[in-house]
Amino acid sequence: MDMPKPNPTILARKSQLLDRLASFLPPEALIHDPAETRAYECDGLTAYKCPPLAVVLPASTAEVSETLKICNDMGVPVVPRGAGTSLAGGALPTEDSVIIGVARMSEVLETDYDNRFIRVQTGRTNLSVTGAVEEDGFFYAPDPSSQLACAISGNIAMNSGGAHCLKYGVTTNNLMGVTMVLMDGTVTEIGGAHLDAEGLDLLGLICGSEGQLGIVTEATLRILHKPEGARPVLIGYDSSEVAGQCVSDIIKAGVLPVAIEFMDRPCIRATEAFAGAGYPDCEALLIVEVEGSDAEIDEQLETIMDIARKHDPVELRQSSSDDESKRIWLGRKSAFGAMGKINDYMCLDGTIPVNELPYVLKRIGEMSKEYGLDVANVFHAGDGNMHPLILFDANKEGDLELCEELGAEILKLCVEVGGCLTGEHGVGIEKRDLMLHQYDPPDLEIQMAVKDVFDPKWLLNPAKVFPLASSDTRRIAAE
Amino acid sequence: MKALAPTSEAELAEMVASASEPLRIQGGGTRPIGVPVNGQPLTTSGLSGVNLYEPGALTLVVQAGTPVAEVRKTLAAEGQRLAFEPMDHRGLLGTTGEPTIGGVFAANVSGPRRIQAGAARDFLLGVRFVDGQGQVTRNGGRVMKNVTGYDLVKLMAGSYGTLGVLTELALKVLPASHHTATITLSGLDDSTAVTALSRALGSPFEITGAAHRQTGDGPQTCLRIEGFEKSVAYRAGQLRTLLADLGTAEIETDPDANATLWQDIRDVACFHDGPGDIWRLSVKPSDAPGITAQIDGAEALYDWGGGLVWLRVPQDTGADTIRTAVNATGGHATLIRGNRAGGVFQPLSPPVAALQDGLRARFDPRGILNPGLMGRAA
Ligand SMILES: Cc1cc2nc3c(=O)[nH]c(=O)nc-3n(C[C@H](O)[C@H](O)[C@H](O)COP(=O)(O)OP(=O)(O)OC[C@H]3O[C@@H](n4cnc5c(N)ncnc54)[C@H](O)[C@@H]3O)c2cc1C
Ligand SMILES: Cc1cc2nc3c(=O)[nH]c(=O)nc-3n(C[C@H](O)[C@H](O)[C@H](O)COP(=O)(O)OP(=O)(O)OC[C@H]3O[C@@H](n4cnc5c(N)ncnc54)[C@H](O)[C@@H]3O)c2cc1C
Repeated sequence: MDMPKPNPTILARKSQLLDRLASFLPPEALIHDPAETRAYECDGLTAYKCPPLAVVLPASTAEVSETLKICNDMGVPVVPRGAGTSLAGGALPTEDSVIIGVARMSEVLETDYDNRFIRVQTGRTNLSVTGAVEEDGFFYAPDPSSQLACAISGNIAMNSGGAHCLKYGVTTNNLMGVTMVLMDGTVTEIGGAHLDAEGLDLLGLICGSEGQLGIVTEATLRILHKPEGARPVLIGYDSSEVAGQCVSDIIKAGVLPVAIEFMDRPCIRATEAFAGAGYPDCEALLIVEVEGSDAEIDEQLETIMDIARKHDPVELRQSSSDDESKRIWLGRKSAFGAMGKINDYMCLDGTIPVNELPYVLKRIGEMSKEYGLDVANVFHAGDGNMHPLILFDANKEGDLELCEELGAEILKLCVEVGGCLTGEHGVGIEKRDLMLHQYDPPDLEIQMAVKDVFDPKWLLNPAKVFPLASSDTRRIAAE
Repeated sequence: MKALAPTSEAELAEMVASASEPLRIQGGGTRPIGVPVNGQPLTTSGLSGVNLYEPGALTLVVQAGTPVAEVRKTLAAEGQRLAFEPMDHRGLLGTTGEPTIGGVFAANVSGPRRIQAGAARDFLLGVRFVDGQGQVTRNGGRVMKNVTGYDLVKLMAGSYGTLGVLTELALKVLPASHHTATITLSGLDDSTAVTALSRALGSPFEITGAAHRQTGDGPQTCLRIEGFEKSVAYRAGQLRTLLADLGTAEIETDPDANATLWQDIRDVACFHDGPGDIWRLSVKPSDAPGITAQIDGAEALYDWGGGLVWLRVPQDTGADTIRTAVNATGGHATLIRGNRAGGVFQPLSPPVAALQDGLRARFDPRGILNPGLMGRAA
């Protein structure tokens, strides 16, 4: 993975930079000892590491603003960081950059049930946002699997989603406003506790911009009342084609499940060995969950089971108790852990039109054979967001490179059938160089023009999202 | 002036590239909102038709000039719909013409279901557009989840043709609901009504419409629920109980009566006739009654649980009066019908205005796409 060479002028001015930062930051908010900055040298994509120049952990928007003013003034790149769970290398530092981490900013600033929003500092973890309103019956809908650890800041930057986004949408559909500090230190308020902010939809633009347009310090989030109940059904088929058809028929019937999850045979076998959830050994397994009161759930599940039966399932199991529901979800929830147990793996994140599912699974199977690497599939079938897991041996010479090659081929396949390179993890550095497979140069040019407006010197989160060759002239001109 | 009427994206790109004066971008011309643009009209009516429809994947790809009515018809044939319920402005603005799907997204037009399903922008998956230099650009795609690069799709939604001319849109559509019921409480004052709407929206009963309006029979507070038959009946009953201390609710389940009721709310039918300026406010629901009460002679229709306020005010009520009331609480006000001298769109804070101007300068460096439309009247 190429990264730009560190700027020697910046490295030479390190002590001057640290002095300026130390002049207003309390000692605990400024980390520059190499032993301590090591904790920040990568995010969830651990294959790439680089220690930053320094790490700043501000306690307020004002401190973020002050830090940015100094970095902007001295031409120092800045890498925003939440909890560091990005799987795309979105928070990977460079040697000449300062990390600004919002982890210490985790307060709830306001909860308003009448108007159904919560305002938080963005270092707060996703799950603890729900935690703050749960006792009163409310929840925050976007639920990435990393929700125990990941921060709202990272969710906004990556526009994260989870298993329930089929019904509730992803971060961008649940975000009402932000306080964001621009690279020059300007504090902006965008949107608020009302729907559909005035002017151009800057909120929509910021969400998913991977920390390249500004540092988000506060967020107003939509909260919803929890449904009365939820219940899953487990459906097994001996053909992924038929399973794909079943998904499509369920959607067409007008039932809107909160989740439709899909696992293939390699994945089922691995999780069975690991968690023993009692799944059937079949080609394709669906977990469909619906919500509402008991009567509503019965009505929806009846429709779903009718559709499922028409396709001749090898297994059809409706949950009849909380215990059984937990067991149905157990295997799915431990899938990633189970795969990790048997092997090193790389988790891809492409999205495809739902009707291309059978073809794409078939092609992945063929490619897996060509490359001699096993691939297991587990994904959100309702919205076509696939997570093929490529198994490899990190200790074997050349295996990682082979794995990356196969990964790139699979993502290109997703684009070929009308899908995209990433559905929820983001581009980061991981998919940066594949961007030209999805977009033509003018498409990237106008995205980069957006960055010019927010961050004219191209200092925020350098070398992410855009292929280095495409952003070269801009980065060099800005130096 | 005769309108430019390209019949292909390439022709449109060529026209924009070679334009030497400002262009007034038009779909059906049914929503002349904003400051009128003095320029050569350019209509998208020649860019029409459905390019791809996959009901099982809930996606539709359509050209920007396609009439909304045609989109609705195509979807209805498969039991699907535009869940964000775009409003028709013709009654309110006295315009004729055929609303286009490009115009809907260019103005981010969303109806009552916005509170539950999301706004127009939430259903836009991908766009193709021609920027101010005549460059064809694409962003997003046709899948529900996509975080590949910056989300210019959202930025284009609601940009009123100031950043580019939309040529093709990929949409997420949803199944139409099987049954609908409206629970109506009569005689509530504005403030109690918003309390009732908030309580219902804060329940687990999945409200898809929450409005308060004045009728010949007095004020009505309406809640809509949709879905399967038993579920709708169950939730209607629960809501009636939840609101019992505020009055006795009537429950309407007739499909036609429901359709008419919510179409009237969506299109602000109560203000179609008669004089007065029309303002559209987006505020925190609990602030809405207080804002209305501050403005002399204001009549209000509350949608979105009170978060969307349609105000009819006497003709000489200045923009300052409206904005002072809104500014005190946060939120914004747009003039939809009336004297534009005081400005149409909410003035933005200086840093946000600078970002907006910066973006317009990048997308349209020559300033030829609807110049002045989103700004203040001269
Ligand atoms: C086990 C596991 C499961 C996962 N499951 C999911 C899933 O189901 N769905 C999903 O969408 N993702 C998932 N992820 C990916 C990851 O958790 C998300 O991308 C998450 O949103 C990252 O949040 P974070 O706080 O850890 O961000 P970080 O990793 O710290 O940063 C992510 C990006 O956000 C930027 N950023 C951070 N803070 C700010 C800020 N204050 N202002 C501006 N930009 C900022 C960073 O620069 C970086 O580009 C998973 C990750 C793991 C490890
Ligand atoms: C200023 C304004 C405010 C509105 N406010 C609301 C509202 O608050 N709530 C609501 O529910 N509805 C609103 N509408 C209604 C909504 O605009 C209409 O439903 C829809 O825009 C009508 O489509 P049309 O083709 O007739 O649009 P037109 O009246 O032709 O155009 C509407 C706007 O979109 C631009 N536009 C049209 N086509 C394209 C295109 N292909 N690419 C780029 N730009 C294009 C035009 O320049 C114009 O600014 C508003 C409309 C306007 C114009």
